[in-house]
Amino acid sequence: MVRADPSPPMTAYLLKRLAIAFATLVLASMVVFAVLEILPGDPARLMLGMNASADQVELLRNQMGLNAPLAWRYLHWAGGLFSLDFGRSYTYSVPVIDLVRERLAVSLPLALVALALSTIIAIPVGLYSASRRGRAGDTVAMGAAQLGVAVPNFWFALMLIYVFAVWLRLVPAGGFPGWGAGAWPALKSLLLPAVALALPQAAILARVTRSALIEVLNEDYIRTARAKGLPYRAVLWRHALRNAMIPVLTILGLQFAFLLAGTIIIENVFYLPGLGRLVFQAITQRDLIVVESVVMLLVAAVIAVNLAVDLSYAVVDPRLRTRQ
Amino acid sequence: MRLWKTILAAAVLTLAAGSQSFAARTDLVIGIPLEPPHLDPTAGAAAAIKEVLYANVFEGLTRIGPNGEVLPDLAESWTISDDGKVYTFKLHTGVKFHDGSDFSADDVKFSLDRARADNSVNAQKGLFAAIDKVEIIDPATVEVTLKHPQGSFLYNMGWGDAVMVSPKSADTNKANPVGTGPFKFQNWAKGSSITLVKADHYWGAPVFLDKVEFRIVPDAAAYVPALLSGDIQAFPFFDPDSLAQVKDDPRFKVVIGSTEGETILSINNKKPPFDKLQVRQAISYALDRKAIIDGASAGLGLPIGSHMSPANKDYVDLTGLYPHNVAKAKELLKEAGLENGFKATLKLPPPSYARLGGEIIASELREVGIDLEIIPVEWAQWLDQVFTKKDYDLTIVSHTEPNDIDIYSRKDYYFNYDNPTFDKVIADLNLTSDEAKRKELLGEAQKILADDAVVGFLYELPKVGVWDAKLQGLWENAPIQANDLTKVKWSE
Amino acid sequence: MTLHIDIPEETFVGILAKAFRNTAFVTGFVITVLILAMAVISYAWTPYDVTKLVIADKTQGPSLAHWFGTDHFGRDILSMVMVGARNSIAVALVAVGIGMGVGVPLGAFAAARGGLVDEALMRVNDLVFAFPALLSAIMITAIFGPGAVNAIIAIGIFNIPVFARVARAGALAVWPREFILAARAAGKSSAQISIEHVLPNIATLLVVQGTIQFALGILAEAGLSYLGLGAQPPMPSWGRMLFDAQTRMVVAPWMAIFPGMAIVVTVLGLNLLGDGIADILDPKSRRQR
Repeated sequence: MVRADPSPPMTAYLLKRLAIAFATLVLASMVVFAVLEILPGDPARLMLGMNASADQVELLRNQMGLNAPLAWRYLHWAGGLFSLDFGRSYTYSVPVIDLVRERLAVSLPLALVALALSTIIAIPVGLYSASRRGRAGDTVAMGAAQLGVAVPNFWFALMLIYVFAVWLRLVPAGGFPGWGAGAWPALKSLLLPAVALALPQAAILARVTRSALIEVLNEDYIRTARAKGLPYRAVLWRHALRNAMIPVLTILGLQFAFLLAGTIIIENVFYLPGLGRLVFQAITQRDLIVVESVVMLLVAAVIAVNLAVDLSYAVVDPRLRTRQ
Repeated sequence: MRLWKTILAAAVLTLAAGSQSFAARTDLVIGIPLEPPHLDPTAGAAAAIKEVLYANVFEGLTRIGPNGEVLPDLAESWTISDDGKVYTFKLHTGVKFHDGSDFSADDVKFSLDRARADNSVNAQKGLFAAIDKVEIIDPATVEVTLKHPQGSFLYNMGWGDAVMVSPKSADTNKANPVGTGPFKFQNWAKGSSITLVKADHYWGAPVFLDKVEFRIVPDAAAYVPALLSGDIQAFPFFDPDSLAQVKDDPRFKVVIGSTEGETILSINNKKPPFDKLQVRQAISYALDRKAIIDGASAGLGLPIGSHMSPANKDYVDLTGLYPHNVAKAKELLKEAGLENGFKATLKLPPPSYARLGGEIIASELREVGIDLEIIPVEWAQWLDQVFTKKDYDLTIVSHTEPNDIDIYSRKDYYFNYDNPTFDKVIADLNLTSDEAKRKELLGEAQKILADDAVVGFLYELPKVGVWDAKLQGLWENAPIQANDLTKVKWSE
Repeated sequence: MTLHIDIPEETFVGILAKAFRNTAFVTGFVITVLILAMAVISYAWTPYDVTKLVIADKTQGPSLAHWFGTDHFGRDILSMVMVGARNSIAVALVAVGIGMGVGVPLGAFAAARGGLVDEALMRVNDLVFAFPALLSAIMITAIFGPGAVNAIIAIGIFNIPVFARVARAGALAVWPREFILAARAAGKSSAQISIEHVLPNIATLLVVQGTIQFALGILAEAGLSYLGLGAQPPMPSWGRMLFDAQTRMVVAPWMAIFPGMAIVVTVLGLNLLGDGIADILDPKSRRQR
């Protein structure tokens, strides 16, 4: 992702990246809106069910504002996004922002716990593997990582449910009691989903950590440090790890964006009322306004993370630094 | 001295707390599979709305009892004019909405006029179609005049869609329902649970529970662990597949009841080759109802031969008309000129009875040479493509509305079935209130549908309830969509 | 992570010899061949007919008659796993084909033209990347209806930017090389050079990326089928089998265990194969991963 062409000064670069990110957002909003326009199924008919007449459906469509011109509806919605007014959910008839806030209270802790777990597992494994490159320990650890990458997280989740919920009855098999039920019961119900999400991610992260470390360990300054007589451990911790952090952080950032959106399946397995499940349900219930808003939120999150990663590269890249 | 007092007080408190544990529990957590989209029963078709609020938060003029009978509710009594067109309802007095306002004849007029207005979004507008006018005689008396006599009017007024709402809160009931029932709405944690608490000044017989939480558990796999851990104490609609795990456990009560859900293989009667009677009959012969019930409903559910619940007093057993007979089915197809079979589509909505039943039916029809392509659809698409646009060959759905045999006479209904003889029977039925005569007409209607093999009649959806053995008063059957908690209590 | 791959300057026999010393490659190769064989055999023979329902035999545990047990309709799970391999492989393979077929020309074109064309194509790429892939796949199947073909399209679309990026990065590295300059001097057009000189030089890169996307495609197909949006009955599919297994975990855990293991083994095999190929053709890439 490092650009090879001569780079403009930092501020101009920053502005360009921001402009691109913004343009991507606007384009994305159009795509999302257009896609949902062609989604078959009428939300009004769905709400009224089998016994309602065509006139009634038409009436509700008018009330829901579904019969307004396309461009007007797009501008109305997109304009609202700027003022953080996401509109009202068709089905729940509450502001979308409230729904999102409620669901984030599940998804965000879940993503954070999963991220923390995967980091806690992956970094030490990566370090260990890198320091014993080619030896038995490395082979075993990387073999396990290969396996971890190959396991579909929802299947892993099913196996976890079978062992810990059905067999040992240590944790609930699904559902979420709500934070109102106390921190521990709530956390307990997030435990299995977090593990199911974290392990495959940890496998990827461990591999990245290992290869980044190995690359750094081959650099000249590390050899110099070792030649100066610094113990291997000190070199590994003080120099190598710090310098290997950039690719690792990149992956972590991308994983966080992935975890926020990628929880759809896991939230379905565990029946957690999170963001992924909200958007999945909203698609089947044709709660278009919710789908639009949540997808845009996720897209914005991905773009923001990518931007942050790009900018951090720019900050680190010496060529950009000298031009300031 | 003060210390002594403190100790005494503490002891008393401990005793009080201790003795409380001997009193019966007053809280209940009920598991429901689907989250209601909103909480206004007068503005949505979703069964889940009524399964939380009916009889608990909202009440109607009449109500439907545990076995499908019509009972007085907010109307303590009524009289019917001799021509069967004028109903005079005498209302209970001293009834208050949960927001403290009084319930009176004004609210009845408001509720009924709102439901039948041109701009009404009531999902069952047909219930009010016969009403000509609603007049307030005095604050406790309402007179409803019908355009024509209607045998089912009192029954209709007991539906969840016909409950009484207040003009002050009607527009906000979706998020904050305000009714006259024994429970009032407290909280809705979206995606998770809905909590009701005992209302302060209830007009009727006091209820036993103080707090009821409807916990949304969409995953059938989570039912058993939730019961075993005691997190949830009742599943009025349990998953038949998981029954084996709790059936013999003395801590739980398993109750198999009936519903009003006729599960049918709907056929598009106008689309060739289904317009041929032989083809439809061939399908009926090809169906093995026993295998379908075993595979899609864990062996629970009674086979049906026409569109009527076996629990209904007017039921006629027609299940013997088309026994499972592959040879006969092939012969009929040959008569129809289709000895080489044909291809068709089978659109399946999300419920497991449809998805599982569909796989079995596709395999059974393949045996007689009908090659079905399975197309799963979401409810939104089903309503759009199948129900509204009639763009389908075959589909499976459970018609859960009670006493709904008249749907086959509706113009433009998705079966595309048109039989003047049948329509005449239903028209006569609508004008008849004599019980014996109604029974005769209903029997005739069932017979016509079965003879015409209008659809493939499969089985009556069972209501499998599982709850704590100490819990009493939950409904065994589901004559309408409801979880009536007014009589529910803990023993001990 | 950019991959630098030089043109292998070894003989075919030399590469082959290296391949057989590479554990990852051999393991991956054997697993992949076995899975492919299983899929091929299933056309001719399976222990039981997978379209025939035997309700009386439902949810039986593993036994001599049914090695992997039976499902909720009494079908033999071993037979279903065998036939299911066809579906997984077909979906993932065609999706890779779509990704390569569209993405590689786009990437090569962007690299050849540079400037605004390059910029525009890469921005579109960014746009596609900004959408959570699974969510978009769900929306695509919501529009066109669930089914194997639509699953292929949904997965294929998200393969396009991946291959476009890889092809572009590879091509950019090749363009400044001397033999390209020579070809240009000989009067060849950009398109000709791309096809004759650039493509052969990025082929190994594409093969490696292809195996990775193949493995990811199998995981994605399983995910979509698990949500009920992939292949439809009576065609068995691994993800679909897991979907059916979920509500029966307590009474019939084997319904979940075996199809899941089939997915894990297949993906593991493909990943090892990809790693192995990359190692053999480019020893430097070993450090990169």
